[in-house]
Amino acid sequence: MSLNTLTISAARDALRAGETTSVALTEACLSAIEGAGVLNAFVHKTPEIALDQARAADARIKAGDAPAMCGIPLGIKDLFCTKGVASQAASNILEGFKPEYESTVTQNLWDAGAVMLGKLSMDEFAMGSSNETACYGPVVNPWKVDDVQRTPGGSSGGSAAAVAADLCLAATGTDTGGSIRQPAAFTGIVGIKPTYGRVSRWGVVAFASSLDQAGPMTKSVRDAAIMLGTMCSHDPKDSTSADIPVPDFEAALTGDIRGKKIGIPKEYRMDGMPAEIEKLWAEGTAMLKDAGAEIVDISLPHTKYALPAYYVVAPAEASSNLARYDGVRYGHRAKLGKGDGITEMYEKTRAEGFGPEVQRRVMIGTYVLSAGFYDAYYNRARKVRALIKRDFDQAFAAGIDAILTPATPSSAFGLGEMAEADPVEMYLNDVFTVTVNLAGLPGISVPVGLDSKGLPLGLQLIGRPWEEGDLLNHAYVLEKAAGFAAKPSKWW
Amino acid sequence: MSIDIDTARKVAHLARIAVAEEDLPELAKDLSGILTFMEQLNEVDVDGIEPMTSVTPMRLKRRVDAVTDGGYQDKILSNAPDAREGFFAVPKVVE
Repeated sequence: MSLNTLTISAARDALRAGETTSVALTEACLSAIEGAGVLNAFVHKTPEIALDQARAADARIKAGDAPAMCGIPLGIKDLFCTKGVASQAASNILEGFKPEYESTVTQNLWDAGAVMLGKLSMDEFAMGSSNETACYGPVVNPWKVDDVQRTPGGSSGGSAAAVAADLCLAATGTDTGGSIRQPAAFTGIVGIKPTYGRVSRWGVVAFASSLDQAGPMTKSVRDAAIMLGTMCSHDPKDSTSADIPVPDFEAALTGDIRGKKIGIPKEYRMDGMPAEIEKLWAEGTAMLKDAGAEIVDISLPHTKYALPAYYVVAPAEASSNLARYDGVRYGHRAKLGKGDGITEMYEKTRAEGFGPEVQRRVMIGTYVLSAGFYDAYYNRARKVRALIKRDFDQAFAAGIDAILTPATPSSAFGLGEMAEADPVEMYLNDVFTVTVNLAGLPGISVPVGLDSKGLPLGLQLIGRPWEEGDLLNHAYVLEKAAGFAAKPSKWW
Repeated sequence: MSIDIDTARKVAHLARIAVAEEDLPELAKDLSGILTFMEQLNEVDVDGIEPMTSVTPMRLKRRVDAVTDGGYQDKILSNAPDAREGFFAVPKVVE
């Protein structure tokens, strides 16, 4: 078995036992990356940094000072600012930008001894569900069952493809409306979005600040527990970061969910839901029941309003956050014509630098925040958001421990398949995941089976706020019961 | 609510994104489609509901009002497309 296919937990144990080195792990990943150019997942490679960090990690392990993530080679989503390394949010407007600082999440990982292999592609500014809006061109899903090239999902599509193809042991992702969980489901890996405030947003390029949250994308639930523990911290530089202790998430994986109550929300049974998704959901429910959990039918009545509320709140916040890309302080500036003033500089720079989907969302956000519409759209959406959260609060108050839903309405679709579709059709990809961001809850996608074409499908578990440990334990039980061990066969 | 071409032009200008005149009809159509999708929110009774602010009520932290950072002008300017004599440079703003 090649070292790049290891899980974090297996690599950690092998490193501590002296059976391998971080340099060997890192070299295996770097060579896998070199051979996977066609997937287009890694867009800024950092082999020198990786090998330096790996050597330092090996010295630390030898000295007996080895946190769990020490020596583990990772891919980092292009949305995280990494000091001296291109951090572009997959946008032409940040071409050439090299931050002078490090995001808190990546700093936490480096402090624990983790190794950075490079930066991973994504949808531009994390706006998309197919990774096709990246300025680097689309990422290709390593899962290939016919002659169709499929999307790895988005926006963390590069992270998902890299983990599924064993180019790294794990990767960071971010999730504003489903951007960790949907690509995880499309590629047969695990992805968790923690409770809003669990992980610092400092140094992560902002999309919609009240929804954005980073999390790990990994090959197993145990790995998600290990890596999430290292990513979390209270950070005075993010005023929304929670000042509460970070528990040992891995220790929460007891595999025992006897007597726990699992909610099955009837509103997630959408009209026109494919039979395969329905079947997978029923199978997952049976697995948790067999493990001793009690299955309870619940109602989350405002579910259908989550997507429209999200598509008011997220673009509104994006239009404000993306106002900073003005061609003055960093990134691209348009070439100006004779007589052009500062307004033309802004307008030309932003027209050249932002892709069509980002432009569309910035303009929608501008419209809903403009005078006369603020109450009708933005404030109404924030109130609907409060009702969506109340639905969940009531379910948890009634004793529900976790909620089981599908992760996505379909398996991975073909690249270009949605090119002619209405923007709203693409937004429907987030239908099962977006409620969780609006309510600020933790949610995890677990691979559970393959569809009739042989493509992976995932289920989502939603937990109580701040109880990621309990949520991960439920996911661990589901993972064990599903026994999903399929890997994409290597064609690249 | 549907967006006409004049409104699309106004929104593009407010967002400081140059949109060619011939692209405005398509933009107006896209924006109208998205707004129609949002209209569903009008079905919800939101009387007496406070807008959501955070997952669990949190008091914003306070800190000492002191300078804790700064003093690196060169780093601030290092990514600027045009920096001169320690400043960001932009086209002429005042005549």
